[in-house]
Amino acid sequence: MHLINLSIQRIVFFSIMILLCGNGLVQAKTTQTVTIAYLTQEQLAPPVLSNLDPFIKDVGIGGAELAISDNNTTGQFTGQQFTLKKFIVPVEGSVSDSFNKNIAGKFNFLIVNLPADKLLEIADLPATANMLLFDVATSEDALRNQQCRRQVLHLLPSFSMRADALAQYMMKKRWTKWFLIVGTKPQDQLFAEAIKRSAKRFNMKIVAEKNWEHTYDARRSAQADVAVFTQVDDYDVLVVADVSGEFGEYLDYRTWLPRPVIGTQGLIASAWHPTHEQWGAVQIQNRFREQTGRWMQEQDYGAYLATRAIGEAATRSHSNDLIPVKNYLLGKQFALQGYKGTPLSFREWDGQLRQPVLLAAPRSLVAIAPIEGFLHPKTELDTLGYDQPETACHWNTP
Amino acid sequence: MKKIRTIIFLWLSLTGLASAETVLVTLEKDNALAMVDPIAGKLINTVNVGQRPRGIAISPDHKTLYIATSDDNTIQIVDANTLKVLGRLPSGDDPETFAINPAGDRLYVSNEDDSQVTVIDIAHQKIIKKIKVGVEPEGIAVSPDNHWVVSASETTNMVHWIDTKTNEIKENTLVDSRPRALAFTDDSAQLWVTSEMAGTLSVIDSKNQQILKTISFEVPGITAEKIQPVGVLIDKQKQYAYVALGPANRVAVVNAQTYLVEKVLLVGSRVWNLAFSPDEKRLYTTNGVSNDISIIDLETQTVTKSVAVGNYPWGVVVKP
Repeated sequence: MHLINLSIQRIVFFSIMILLCGNGLVQAKTTQTVTIAYLTQEQLAPPVLSNLDPFIKDVGIGGAELAISDNNTTGQFTGQQFTLKKFIVPVEGSVSDSFNKNIAGKFNFLIVNLPADKLLEIADLPATANMLLFDVATSEDALRNQQCRRQVLHLLPSFSMRADALAQYMMKKRWTKWFLIVGTKPQDQLFAEAIKRSAKRFNMKIVAEKNWEHTYDARRSAQADVAVFTQVDDYDVLVVADVSGEFGEYLDYRTWLPRPVIGTQGLIASAWHPTHEQWGAVQIQNRFREQTGRWMQEQDYGAYLATRAIGEAATRSHSNDLIPVKNYLLGKQFALQGYKGTPLSFREWDGQLRQPVLLAAPRSLVAIAPIEGFLHPKTELDTLGYDQPETACHWNTP
Repeated sequence: MKKIRTIIFLWLSLTGLASAETVLVTLEKDNALAMVDPIAGKLINTVNVGQRPRGIAISPDHKTLYIATSDDNTIQIVDANTLKVLGRLPSGDDPETFAINPAGDRLYVSNEDDSQVTVIDIAHQKIIKKIKVGVEPEGIAVSPDNHWVVSASETTNMVHWIDTKTNEIKENTLVDSRPRALAFTDDSAQLWVTSEMAGTLSVIDSKNQQILKTISFEVPGITAEKIQPVGVLIDKQKQYAYVALGPANRVAVVNAQTYLVEKVLLVGSRVWNLAFSPDEKRLYTTNGVSNDISIIDLETQTVTKSVAVGNYPWGVVVKP
């Protein structure tokens, strides 16, 4: 009799234990820590054309920090704690040295806010083989094609995605004759190449192309100079490739013919913009401004998405390990909320985040690509940039 | 004799008016409320309300309307018959969605910017409690048995189960990406939650707060990303649930017993919120982009009419 009682007690005890374990409250008490490293390098302030755009020293970090706090709000209910460890390399320092000393072997997840060459330098260090890198700064197409690396995900739209977004809108407007002006920097050439690719793709005509080669102070001569410089055969729209913003702002209202300016200035193609308010965007704009006192920039948005993506995958996979998190991020179920009205996910062929691209004028949001009517068998988001059949990424690890 | 006839006529017309329901729709961009006679399929009147009206609810006795006027940071108390503003409730910043309890004496408001739910005592027009929830709370519902208030956090991807007795979170259920709207079945046994970004719907058991079933939707000729479930309602018999699919411009008809999607009905652009007629013979949908409401006959499950109402129709309630 006594024995039977004991076993009933046991059954009851275990049943209660099973019930409790299936219950979120119990789970929430055991805390799991998810640590994310953030690597960037200090930049020298570039020469600016407009005093309206202040140089932001710590661009990117604000986005990562906001996402950490969002992740932790979820974490308090799921028993996960998210922390960000920042590593800021001085202007003269070596990013590889900092990586090897501070990051290698210590983190599973690394947000990289560095230019293309330095991102590649980090990605090719042996220790990254067991990590997942989140590139929140580059737009170079080569990094998503010939130079792609299996452990790198790209959060911002590539140059080709931006160019396709502009081209789709131009096609809708039937502004098909383009005059392309290209700056002298390597990135300007890359943006121009993307524009030429899009022109071909969407059957636009580049009726004229010129290189902007002035080195003297354009502020004194822009008025006279641009008018002369832009005397070419008739065109519908002027496309400018000036990624670092050295002269593009001088073109609008100063051209020989009255034509709109698009590209890197005028109507721009961007992952994020202060004019964007739809789909809950106003909420994140408010939260970001409250936290940092400034508007959210593209790198902030990239870092926000990267950190939220890690948070989302860690929550869903109940893990802080590389493999379960990576599998969830690249799996079919992954649907990241990016405040752009459609779920975001990673392209499995090049690690690029598929996303709508905003087409924005300085004070108004003009359109959001993919533009209505551009169709795709799988997802309209893949009408922007290199689609699977076109990719040159074959995951060659050097 | 003539007098009597007039009186009878008046009496008839009055009772006629009283028995025909009125559909009330908040117009976010017009700062107005549209009144529609759904039987005639006509817009009867449009009256101005506060700045940016969104969420709307009617008291259980159908005498009072509550309208969240987001840019005024308040919830207006409006006489449902005269449409006169009777007062304002302290709602916290930027109120959008809220829910009223079955007794009609408590209002629960989602404060999206502050990540909290505000509990309001309607009679005393004061805040009783602010409850911390996940990031960007949106959909909120009170169970018909008044046991639970459930709030969905869009960014945290959770529904929070708040005990109405203690006003504290008792339980949390992780759901798919960007939970938007939620509704209880009439017996309070199940909570149905839509996830806008994941394109899914979760049916949750109220007893243990575990997901019973996840439903996904397909619409021929429409890519998966356009299918963004928002408003959801389940009929009293638990036969069918109706789910607004946002930019897919469809309402899905889900068998509430088998969880199979039986039909998708074409309605207006960016279909958003839903309301039943009191006899549950009709369903009304607000279509944010096409600026109209669709009327669905539920006996035949067909869309019978669309009525243009004004700019950006948002919330909808029905006054019997």
